[in-house]
Amino acid sequence: MTEILRAVAVAPFQDMAGSPAFLVEVLIGGVFAGLMYSLVALGFVLIFKASGVFNFAQGVMVLFAALTLVGLMERGVPVAVALGLTTAVMVALAFVIERLVLRPLVNQEHIILFMATIGLNFFLEGFGEMAWGANVKKLDIGIPDRSFMVQGVQVNELELTAALTSAVLVVILAVFFHRTRIGRALRAVADDHEAALSVGIPLKTIWVIVWSVAGLVAIVAGIMWGAKSGVQFSLSLIALKALPVLILGGFTSVPGAIVGGLIIGVGEKLGEVYWGPLVGGAIENWFAYVVALAFLLVRPQGLFGERIIERV
Amino acid sequence: MSEPARPAALLEVEGVSVRFGALVALYQVSLEIARGEICAIIGPNGAGKTTLLNAVSGFYHPYEGRIVFEGRDRTRLRPYEVAALGVARTFQNVALFKGMSVLDNIMTGRLLKMRGSFLLEALHWGPARRQELAHRAFVERVIDFLEIQAIRKTPAGRLPYGLQKRVELARALAAEPTLLLLDEPMAGMNVEEKEDMSRFILDVNSEFGTTIALIEHDMGVVMDVSDRVVVLDYGRKIAEGPPEQVRKDPVVVDAYLGVSHD
Repeated sequence: MTEILRAVAVAPFQDMAGSPAFLVEVLIGGVFAGLMYSLVALGFVLIFKASGVFNFAQGVMVLFAALTLVGLMERGVPVAVALGLTTAVMVALAFVIERLVLRPLVNQEHIILFMATIGLNFFLEGFGEMAWGANVKKLDIGIPDRSFMVQGVQVNELELTAALTSAVLVVILAVFFHRTRIGRALRAVADDHEAALSVGIPLKTIWVIVWSVAGLVAIVAGIMWGAKSGVQFSLSLIALKALPVLILGGFTSVPGAIVGGLIIGVGEKLGEVYWGPLVGGAIENWFAYVVALAFLLVRPQGLFGERIIERV
Repeated sequence: MSEPARPAALLEVEGVSVRFGALVALYQVSLEIARGEICAIIGPNGAGKTTLLNAVSGFYHPYEGRIVFEGRDRTRLRPYEVAALGVARTFQNVALFKGMSVLDNIMTGRLLKMRGSFLLEALHWGPARRQELAHRAFVERVIDFLEIQAIRKTPAGRLPYGLQKRVELARALAAEPTLLLLDEPMAGMNVEEKEDMSRFILDVNSEFGTTIALIEHDMGVVMDVSDRVVVLDYGRKIAEGPPEQVRKDPVVVDAYLGVSHD
């Protein structure tokens, strides 16, 4: 009994203390993975904030953005131009989604809009592969995948770039949505379509803005994930990892998506490295979901979500 | 103060019909609302009162007839375009942003008045900062006016119904509307709340000079606040005039009580 207790509660911490440089490397790996989750989660949060809809297709939007970018580059388009074109495609997609999916469903129940995004998910998946092919592709936009040593700690340049990019993106988004009148309009739209219209908020414009921004976030996420593990169908499955992040951070909070992502990322790396051997590994695969489950039981609105208030 | 013999109509509804499939909700309704007056729209349930309001505020579009606001044809405008022209409204079932604070709810009423660069807004600096403060000042005036200072920070969804109605009115007033449309502002209120609301409606009219069209069932309230009454029944206008006269009109009594005078 004491043996087990020691192995779980004491030994891992001794390991950490024994090799601080390695611990820092593990933490950095965790932060990187966490920021990647955050990037995907951000796309969900944006759309959820603006329309109260859980966009099932966000993961596929990441895949679609990455596929478009790679597809263009394979055809010999220079990186900068390809990036510009991909952005244009994602904005155009936002317009099309607003016109063909959202506008006909104004004032419908949220579950109906949710179902519509499931349809969107399958459409984008099929359309992306039809247009650009289904093979695994290598994405290289010129960020070197090299490592260097800082004070005995190994740092990967690609991971560092990704982390900085996400951080900048997050700050810009947080400021945009909290400080500008668009932010207030956005929350108004999410809360009540009819009332938002009556105070003069054009729903169409807000939706196009939000889906465009979600598309841009998808591009960044697609580039980062694609550069790391290749552009392939499984990219759309990272959306599944974004779910626990959302539950942790709260569906409506931009900072929540970041903090949630970091907790999940760091937590699963630490768990895998230090506690993994005790249970035969693979903690990384289920850690996020267990944390999410615990949160659902204790604090369903997440760390930063708006309190759920129900009058009875 | 010398008044013109006949004040110019602010809103003219000319032969408007609204249909939902085979159901004719409004049939060739015409009415005028003069600048500065309080006009009550009454009628039995299903008479088309809310439909009329929705047509004026752009939520429905009539299949025939015209809606003229400040001398221009506004028949086909969308809700947010109508709002931009200076028409604010409240809803029969309160439509507040329930998760947002009372203050934020009322601030949304001023979105249309805000201008300028997002960049400056984001930095909360320069003209954007002054603008935000000016809007806040006006909103505070509305809050004082409607006596809701104490609930400024409360999420709207947590308020009792009567107060929600008042916040909704505050949001509409924050837009400084020329025409204010109130859909049953006193539904579900007790006597005291109704008296408060009647007083606010009269004060808004006299203090801000706002023209008001309201739908109301309580005849006592209608008699107290309105300058003129329009009566709808089965989607048609059946009477119109000063409250005292309309109340005695046999056609109106028929519509409400369903009895014959023969």
